[in-house]
Amino acid sequence: MPSVRIRQILAEVMVGDRHGFPARLCLVCAEKLPVSGAGLAFMTSAGHIGTITATDGAAAELEELQQALGEGPCVDAFRDGQPVLQPDLAATGLSRWPGFTDGALEAGVAAVFAFPLQVGAIRLGVLDLYRDSPGSLDQPQLAEALAFTEAATAILLHLQGKAPPGQLLHPRLAEVVESRREIHQATGMITVQAAVDVADALLLLQAHAFGSERPLLEVAKDVVARRLRFGPAGDHDG
Amino acid sequence: MSREQQLAGVFVELADTLVADFDVIDFLHTLTERSVELLHADAAGLILVDPHGQLQVLASTTDQARVLELFELQNSQGPCLDCFRTGQPMVNVDLAEVEARWPRFQAATTAAGFRSVHALPLRLRGQVIGAMNLFCQDRASLSDDDVSVGQALADVATIGLLQERTARHTEIVAEQLQGALNSRILVEQAKGVLAERTGVDMDEAFKLLRAYARRNGSQLSAVAEAVIGGSVTVTSP
Repeated sequence: MPSVRIRQILAEVMVGDRHGFPARLCLVCAEKLPVSGAGLAFMTSAGHIGTITATDGAAAELEELQQALGEGPCVDAFRDGQPVLQPDLAATGLSRWPGFTDGALEAGVAAVFAFPLQVGAIRLGVLDLYRDSPGSLDQPQLAEALAFTEAATAILLHLQGKAPPGQLLHPRLAEVVESRREIHQATGMITVQAAVDVADALLLLQAHAFGSERPLLEVAKDVVARRLRFGPAGDHDG
Repeated sequence: MSREQQLAGVFVELADTLVADFDVIDFLHTLTERSVELLHADAAGLILVDPHGQLQVLASTTDQARVLELFELQNSQGPCLDCFRTGQPMVNVDLAEVEARWPRFQAATTAAGFRSVHALPLRLRGQVIGAMNLFCQDRASLSDDDVSVGQALADVATIGLLQERTARHTEIVAEQLQGALNSRILVEQAKGVLAERTGVDMDEAFKLLRAYARRNGSQLSAVAEAVIGGSVTVTSP
């Protein structure tokens, strides 16, 4: 049974339209903790598969970067099933995630705290918190962040539990994947073009986006529209 | 050992079974056995409502007690059922009263050699999920203390059971969500594979995928996975 604190959070967040619950959770979380913003993302073994909600531009950019690059605190938090705390990203992030750290610092992110959303052995995504100046979370604040993480998981499950009959995913959750479906479609196309597996195909796509300094989704749309092809050795022309 | 010490031991034992690998049947057997010991009863049986609203006999300390519980369910009468319906304990019900209230149950109780029966509800904040019957051969009555102890055990058991149900439900929804996300991505990737191999657009690729799954009675995500892995070739019919 959820703890008293989690129930309090849910009572504060779960008001009004159900579709707004994830956004409200992130807003309330950013209010209660000494952080500048928060974002929620779905993740699977295929990596970061889409931002569910983000409180502001920097939080959105933080998610975007991790999906585009396939690296970052949320990727590690999800993989290892434990929080990743980076109170001073400039000092410690560069060696661990060079691409992500560059982009995050540029977006005004100075500290990142990533918490995996999990139920037993089942992992669904991450809650990412960021600060625009370096600084850590103390023990009570960490406990509060973990309560928000559990509340976030409960909200996603609540939405999923309300999926209309015959639909695999609740529409609010389906749109997260739906809005970025070209990334997965392009990945599938590249497996054939470059004769590689899915993981390598995604890496090729990410590398191209990074090299050309373009959003991953835009590059993926080029592949789907057959304006960009990847050759067998990873060569591409477009 | 004093009763307080025994009781503390039982609470720890019940709490201990609530952790990993929770087994409802094992948990309820522990509850009935310890209740018999602590209340100096001779047998106990427990009925629980299942997710479909049906009552089931889930635990009993003796075969006799089990038969009596089943008898109550089959004949729709008896102290356990009344206790479940009202949510109120029924204690120190002697044979005369049993006969007046549940004539058919009385015959079965007497035949089993019991002199008194008692029923305690498994309830939490108005929600009743079952009831525990206690049967005594020699004792005609339970003291108020006995009843308090028995109800405390039943209350702890109820919290454990409700917690387990919530946890199991949560896990099922989490699994569905994870499965749905994975399936969604596999299908998009497979559409890409098909679009590239056959030159069709994404909508057409999806139609091919779905038609193949229907023809072969397979799940869409399974076909998608096979297409991505190259073990299935889907072409226009």
